Amino acid sequence: MNTTTRELPITLEPRANYLNAGHSIWSWLMTTDHKRIGLLYMVSITLFFFVGGLAAALMRLELLRPQGGLVTSALYNKLFTMHGVIMVWFFLIPSIPTVLGNFLVPLMIGARDVAFPRLNLASWYLFMAGGLCVLWAIIAGGVDTGWTFYTPYSSTYANGHVLAMAAGIFIAGFGSIATGLNFIVTIHKMRAPGLTWFRLPLFIWTIYTTSLILVLATPVLAITLTLMALERLFGVGIFNPAMGGDPLLFQHLFWFYSHPAVYIMILPSMGVISELIPCFARKSLFGYKFVAYATISIGVLGFLVWGHHMFVSSQSIYAGMVFSILSFMVAIPSAIKVFNWTATLYKGSITFHTPMLYAFGFIGLFTIGGLTGLFLAALAVDVHLHDTYFVIAHFHYIMVGGAVMGYLGGLHFWWPKITGRLYCEWLAKLAAVTIFAGFNLTFFPQFILGFLGMPRRYPVYAPEFQVLNVLSTAGASILAIGYLLPLAYLLWSLRHGKPAGANPWQATGLEWKTASPPPRDNFTNAPVVTEEPYQYDAEAAELALEETSHV
Amino acid sequence: MSDPAIAHAAQFDDATQQREAATFGMWVFLATEILFFGGMFLGYAAYRRAYPAAFAAASRHTLLAFGATNTAVLLISSAMMAFAVRAAREKRRAALAWRLFATAALGLLFLGIKGFEYAREFSEHLLPGASFHFDPPYTNQAEMFFYLYFLMTGVHAIHVTIGVVLIAIFGSRAWHTDAFARNDTAVDLLGLYWHFVDIVWVFLFPLIYLVERHS
Amino acid sequence: MNNPPSFPFPEQASNLAPGVDWIFYTLTALCGAMTLLVVALITFFCIRYRHGSRASRANGNPPSLPWEAGWTLLPVPIFLGVFFWAAQTYFRMSRPPPDAMEINVVAKQWMWKIQHSDGRREINELHIPVGRAVKLVMISQDVIHDFYVPAFRTKQDVVPGRYTTEWFAPTKPGKFHLFCAQYCGLDHAKMGGWIYVMSPLDYAQWLAQGQPPNSLAAQGQRVFHTLGCSGCHAAASKIRAPLLDGIYGKPVPLSDGTIVTADDQYLRDSILLPNKQIAAGYEALMPTFQNRISEEDLTAVIAYLKSLGSVERNDP
Repeated sequence: MNTTTRELPITLEPRANYLNAGHSIWSWLMTTDHKRIGLLYMVSITLFFFVGGLAAALMRLELLRPQGGLVTSALYNKLFTMHGVIMVWFFLIPSIPTVLGNFLVPLMIGARDVAFPRLNLASWYLFMAGGLCVLWAIIAGGVDTGWTFYTPYSSTYANGHVLAMAAGIFIAGFGSIATGLNFIVTIHKMRAPGLTWFRLPLFIWTIYTTSLILVLATPVLAITLTLMALERLFGVGIFNPAMGGDPLLFQHLFWFYSHPAVYIMILPSMGVISELIPCFARKSLFGYKFVAYATISIGVLGFLVWGHHMFVSSQSIYAGMVFSILSFMVAIPSAIKVFNWTATLYKGSITFHTPMLYAFGFIGLFTIGGLTGLFLAALAVDVHLHDTYFVIAHFHYIMVGGAVMGYLGGLHFWWPKITGRLYCEWLAKLAAVTIFAGFNLTFFPQFILGFLGMPRRYPVYAPEFQVLNVLSTAGASILAIGYLLPLAYLLWSLRHGKPAGANPWQATGLEWKTASPPPRDNFTNAPVVTEEPYQYDAEAAELALEETSHV
Repeated sequence: MSDPAIAHAAQFDDATQQREAATFGMWVFLATEILFFGGMFLGYAAYRRAYPAAFAAASRHTLLAFGATNTAVLLISSAMMAFAVRAAREKRRAALAWRLFATAALGLLFLGIKGFEYAREFSEHLLPGASFHFDPPYTNQAEMFFYLYFLMTGVHAIHVTIGVVLIAIFGSRAWHTDAFARNDTAVDLLGLYWHFVDIVWVFLFPLIYLVERHS
Repeated sequence: MNNPPSFPFPEQASNLAPGVDWIFYTLTALCGAMTLLVVALITFFCIRYRHGSRASRANGNPPSLPWEAGWTLLPVPIFLGVFFWAAQTYFRMSRPPPDAMEINVVAKQWMWKIQHSDGRREINELHIPVGRAVKLVMISQDVIHDFYVPAFRTKQDVVPGRYTTEWFAPTKPGKFHLFCAQYCGLDHAKMGGWIYVMSPLDYAQWLAQGQPPNSLAAQGQRVFHTLGCSGCHAAASKIRAPLLDGIYGKPVPLSDGTIVTADDQYLRDSILLPNKQIAAGYEALMPTFQNRISEEDLTAVIAYLKSLGSVERNDP
């Protein structure tokens, strides 16, 4: 978009930026700069990702043989619990909002920082405190309830450090709420002059919707975990049928949060894709307003479908029918987005830089993952597929094939802005392709496994399921290599990468109008917005190529 | 619009933007609190619907006089808080300080009465756990009622305590400095918080104390 | 009697399986087509409109509204159709036929205890005849489990404190996996077993094996006397307690003015949580039998009560 700038005195030296504004550890740990806080989160969630990934690796190795033998059942049960808790609450839910969101939201709206910078830092400390609690619970012996903590197993029967793990999630949850609150206020109140709602980048729309879900759903998780923990401590019986309690009450409360939570995990990724496709197709996003409205619809509808996790739980079949039809409906706005992204490519001028490869991977894998959700929304089919590997494949297609690819795509797209450096393009492309291939080999066989009837959370399984499990483990080893590659070359680029310049992708968006890395206060001259977003011109891009080729 | 001489934090363009952002932020925070309490209210509603007779019997053992007095105390304290906010707007430091202290005192009175209530209930063996006792036939469900009672009023009391502490700190700040004369937004927002705490009680009281009370 | 697994198509062994599979394969076709369409379009656009290609980029921004309307509204009837189809099948799955053979299941960490109505018991195995509808009445002793038979396409959580039901009519003889499908602790993965569906001849032979046991109702009668229930619930008793002849299925007025039907859940709650619902006109005198009666004995007592002078009800 075009901007004109107000006349303000230039107060910063050109080469000073947020990265060299203070070198001590203290300046990092006490920072209130949203960009540094984003980096603090980046380091933390990367560490958690590899812990959760290690658990997954051990699980996949165990599943090479039907009779298992690598780990005991007790340890396996702790591994899948650990994998779920860490990946959901300490990697996926924070990932894009706290890393890319923290870094980009003020930049994209032309602000100097978020509305409450000290609260922002407090969010990170709450996240770390919760994470340390959870890590302690794991090291001290672990928890084997599953990340879903179903009662009465978790409240009455399970041994292990359930309370510590619940406390860790509870504490981290307050960090989430604070982050969401910060973004909502920032986006409402601190947009640059001329930046109306329908001129905002779609990434901001998705962060905004995600933040609404964060602040409204997370408190319900807090109280649910509290009730479960108090039951464990005092044995009162709110979930214990022997005392008149109802174990299903826990499921309703838990899923009331945890279903919207999955939209927390996917919406920001969709926002990233909405930034990548226009840039690398050199074309304005098709149907901008529809994509924005679809985003809000997903946020609203997402609160109404939690019962589709409980079709066979003995909830009323009529309730099941209501949840089923709503679950079909919530698929529609996601489909709208996929079609709009595809239509954006029409008569574009498409290049295949690494971020675009991730965008394409996202669209394919999210489409498959989302469509398989329809199988689970269909009542009679869900009866067969519930709690099998089909469900595992479904949500990994969306959360890994979707959310993680979106995160990696965004990371590669904005890496030059964050660090001022370019990474090695051919290695990055190789990693993207490796991840795509490894991912499909890992998870596609699991759809078949589920349809054949292999239940989830099984360290040992019936022998006829072995071939598909071996394929899945083979894929996982490729996927692991794929994830290690970016860690290597991105770190390498910090020292040896080519300087990026302010706008290496020739992208629109306010964040590209400032230096890479940006100065401490983001903009030397406060921006004013006068045009619509995504003012790319595919025709011009092609003409430019023609002209240079005639020279 | 806004006086450029009024200080504002660096991330904001001017004091007006800061005030708007802070106020909006407080409303969003209160929305999260509604969802937080909402979970507990939902659990209570589910079990009250399942065991209406038992919950009515248990409710009769709550101390209505204490609860009703506390309701009056909180309502008066909210009124006092509203007057305090008015004093802040009118930049009357002494009035602001006194009214804040009065609000805090009323909040403390609420907590004191609650403490007496808890002590009495404890001595009547109504605290869920090993020493809980309630005449049959509704023993188990009554224990569940009192579990929810202690949980909901306990979480509410924690919120009241936080409010009292903050109001006392603000009162002290109003007494010793003129921080609020320059910028009264914080008092406004604390007022919002206190009113919210009051409203939660206004829902809690009839739900818990007034289940099928006759005479 | 071992049926080979038929990779990648799971075998269909119940009356419900074909219906479920039809929906599954239809969805596979629809979703596969949609995925191929999206992938094909993207691939086509990427080739035709790659940077440097000769294709015209003029008029690249057609009005979006007709397209948006189209691809928003087009899925709706398809989704509604699939929803109705699946909901209808699901409804059928939740309505066992009235003449279904009733079998009781008690789940506990980490085994399945089966009680046939003729008193026969099985552990982790269920022998049933082919072609006959079977209704499982299930409850858990501890945590939530799930009775899953992939070949039948049926699954139902087994919950503590509440009876849940699952029904199917096996359509071919064979040996089919039974899995626990709700994580329940350490040996969740080993809490499986086999469903043996037998031809009429084989089933008759199986029934003839061993001592004919007491029927479940007869076992229940013995428990009824052993635990002293007949001390109060008898005509000559000094304590005034409801008489239980024909109780099953009868409407019972309660002390709070409501009326409930005496089904399995009501009978169970009356024994374990007697103060949860008190019959109108009676004092709350009944002691609880929680921790004094096992789930299996409880099932037997309920079977006994069901057999007591049960009057065939003609009213709806």
